[in-house]
Amino acid sequence: MTSRNGITEEYHTDSSSDFTEYWIDLFLGIKGHEYFCDIDEDYIRDKFNLTGLNQEVSKLSVLIDILTDIIDIESQPEDQRDALEHNARVLYGLIHARYILTSRGLNKMFEKYRNGDFGYCPRVHCQLHPLLPIGLNDQPRLASVKLYCAKCEDLYNPKSGRHAIIDGAYFGTSFPAMFFQNFPQAIPVHDRKIYTPRVFGFKLHDYSQLSRWRELQRNKLEKSLVQKGIDIYNKPGGFVIDEKEEIKN
Amino acid sequence: MSSGGEEGDYVPWIQQFCDLFGHDYFVPVAQEFIEDDFNLTGLSSQVPYYREALYTILDYQVDTIEDVTNGTSNSDKQDLPTKSLLSHSAELLYGLIHARYIISKPGLTAMASKFERNDFGCCPRYYCDGMHLIPCGSTDVPGQETVRLYCPCCNDIYLPSSSRYLNIDGSFFGTTFPGLLIKMFPEIENQCRIRINKVNQNELGLKLFGFRINESSISGPRMKWLRMHPKSIEQRHEFENCELSIPSEDEMDDEDDEDEDDDKTMASED
Ligand SMILES: [Zn+2]
Ligand SMILES: [Zn+2]
Repeated sequence: MTSRNGITEEYHTDSSSDFTEYWIDLFLGIKGHEYFCDIDEDYIRDKFNLTGLNQEVSKLSVLIDILTDIIDIESQPEDQRDALEHNARVLYGLIHARYILTSRGLNKMFEKYRNGDFGYCPRVHCQLHPLLPIGLNDQPRLASVKLYCAKCEDLYNPKSGRHAIIDGAYFGTSFPAMFFQNFPQAIPVHDRKIYTPRVFGFKLHDYSQLSRWRELQRNKLEKSLVQKGIDIYNKPGGFVIDEKEEIKN
Repeated sequence: MSSGGEEGDYVPWIQQFCDLFGHDYFVPVAQEFIEDDFNLTGLSSQVPYYREALYTILDYQVDTIEDVTNGTSNSDKQDLPTKSLLSHSAELLYGLIHARYIISKPGLTAMASKFERNDFGCCPRYYCDGMHLIPCGSTDVPGQETVRLYCPCCNDIYLPSSSRYLNIDGSFFGTTFPGLLIKMFPEIENQCRIRINKVNQNELGLKLFGFRINESSISGPRMKWLRMHPKSIEQRHEFENCELSIPSEDEMDDEDDEDEDDDKTMASED
């Protein structure tokens, strides 16, 4: 384990050196915190990045020192430790939302995305497409984190209750859009399949009418994209169109 | 209900099957249903050791090769199944009977109470707001696909959230069940309508710093149609025109339907 800064080393020399745990590592190791990435200390130390966050948490500078291991929470008055730890976590989350929109943060999240750290889309037609975390709000304490699937462009609830209680503001509303602006190669080819319930082999009338109307909406979209000169045939941001169909057209 | 008599803790085969890990989507099939030969039409050719499997399900003693070897039976060893073959056949037969039972009136009712109790779990889609799911198969042929879950609100199928259902055969629930359940219990469609009306379709789609992504951008929205409902007057009108086929009025590259049998629809029973 590499040292986050020189000062931490001194603080922890009394305990056996191999067991030195940094605040961020402890935070990331908490069950349910798997969606978070590791924020660079330089980013946390740069006050510019924290603009406005003093309105969300009190004692901002103490909290920054806790996150960067300059202050050990154990050295604080006992009756304040819980509140400090709680606020340190909130602060980490809020900085995280900003950090993952930076180039370094995006790269770290891309690795996590590739590892499937955010889980996979439960929709059968999405064929286990990896998900991305997203907030419904950028303000904390309004809604918990949701998961975005780029293949069906829809939002899902996290499977695990541990993830379902994480504040969505720690990821923010802009993250997936920023992610795909940066990694256009990660944009999937979309599937056009629609499921229509059948009874004894026959599609239910009202449901197939709805499926047809949805297909019509898609046809209109495809037509307008093609008119704009966009190639949508089996291309990222386009649709899966099998050969058979292509020959027919 | 102990038919064994000598042992107080006797558990009928069907009960044992339904209590197995990962078998909580199944309902116990009524004995009368299994005993009516009409309900089993055609199954004997699909299940090896059909008779023995049927007797097993109905809790009759069935001899296996192991019984002969142990000297507990005098039957001819040649025609007997092994214990594991028999148990596999019994599970297959039960599954196929189950798929038929849950589209009969008593089975549908039993599954409806499980649906109400949320035994099949909630739709993972955020906007479906905890709508209960309905188990189904993507085919009625056994051994092809595992069980899927249909959400009547977003009209889509999902993988069960727990790996315990990964080896449950989808054909044991079948393709007909979800459609029949929603048509027999109109309350389900009401629950969906409430949820659908709560969602503002114009609010959907990714945003970057509050701004929506342009449609012609490669990361622009492409899938809105998948969850859309006709809401405006023009959309309602367009929807009416989709009753039998997709209208090709505005020279829509005369796109063919993905499925050839689209006209093979069934009128809804409302
Ligand atoms: Zn998806
Ligand atoms: Zn749903």
